[in-house]
Amino acid sequence: MTNNNNGKTEYWRWLEYRKSMPNMNWKDAKIVTAGVDVGSVGSKAVIMLDGEIYAWSVMRTGSNSSDSANKALGWAMEGTGLTLKDFQYIVGTGYGRVNVPMANRAITEIACHAKGANYIWGPTVRTVLDVGGQDVKAIRCDETGKVVSFLMNDKCAAGTGRGMEVIADLLQIPIEDVGKVSLSVTEEPEPVSSTCVVFAKSEAVGLLRKGWTKEKVLAAYLRAMATRMSELIEKVGCEKDFVITGGQSKNIGLVHRVENILGIKRLPVPNLDESGRDPASAGAIGAALFAKALYEKSQNVRG
Amino acid sequence: MRAFITYYGYTDGSGEYYIVIDAEKCNSCGDCIKVCPEGALVMEAMFIDLEDKMVAAVTEEQRKKIRYTCSSCKPEEGNVPCVVACSQNAIACIWKPKK
Repeated sequence: MTNNNNGKTEYWRWLEYRKSMPNMNWKDAKIVTAGVDVGSVGSKAVIMLDGEIYAWSVMRTGSNSSDSANKALGWAMEGTGLTLKDFQYIVGTGYGRVNVPMANRAITEIACHAKGANYIWGPTVRTVLDVGGQDVKAIRCDETGKVVSFLMNDKCAAGTGRGMEVIADLLQIPIEDVGKVSLSVTEEPEPVSSTCVVFAKSEAVGLLRKGWTKEKVLAAYLRAMATRMSELIEKVGCEKDFVITGGQSKNIGLVHRVENILGIKRLPVPNLDESGRDPASAGAIGAALFAKALYEKSQNVRG
Repeated sequence: MRAFITYYGYTDGSGEYYIVIDAEKCNSCGDCIKVCPEGALVMEAMFIDLEDKMVAAVTEEQRKKIRYTCSSCKPEEGNVPCVVACSQNAIACIWKPKK
């Protein structure tokens, strides 16, 4: 949440962040790679040294995919002394993956998300729910992080990060707090019935007029979101261990409800500052890992 | 068992509609593309084991309106042309409209 130039509070606006590991030096690394995941709402860049996370950034995607890719990677590189020519291989992924100008190649985000989740939580991960800005993906993978099956719903924005932003703005609740606020209701209301975000928004307005509290409307919206996601996961089958990636992995109101409906707990989120294992950056992490593997493969072919 | 299964389609208030393609079974022959009356199938590169494999896929445009696109093949009665044409049993169709 921030104030814009007109002094109007923008409840939907989430905080961007970047970090690099102070105890690592890229000059000691044999292979420097990067993964750049240009999503519909957020752009993520991860820099790896020999397959370990060194620096990362998460920013909002602008109207231009290539600019967003440049900015995200540029921000991750900031203060490290790295220049683009120091990278052996860069992989672009996500919604805007074909417009990542510095990338050696693009890879679909499904493969990258599974690989990234495998890196973040380890080989026991079998089911990944990725809640992105504009779509929801349910992915099953094996112990190596290879995709076994997946299902993506991008038909509409309801039940996605962007839909959540719209509702946060309507209810004037900062986006970082929606999860916590939604859990403050004493009794869980019926979910909103609309599956389209435009209709869900007007339905929420109607509920507010009827005298529902903000908390209750939010709970009803999140319940609907969780129900739809659980249906997707059940389609591919939910096998332990279960994890949630994407920006909405931080939304505890959503996470609790999905866990509740599926009857399964997700693996906890690792400490981001210690390791850079950020569930929101799973796609970029996977892309950086593939970049290393592809670089090594190209060296073997030549050598 | 190896598999790389993609569900193209969606579940919404009106039911469930999916074309399901296993990229590991697909042998890239393109027979399904030839028999699709709506031109809804294409060959697309899938990233599997660090290689790009060309496999059948539903076009990006059709994925969100598959209920309408595929209804001309009457999936509720079975014998969907792309499913039948596939010698590798790599394609399935899930079609559950709500009554």
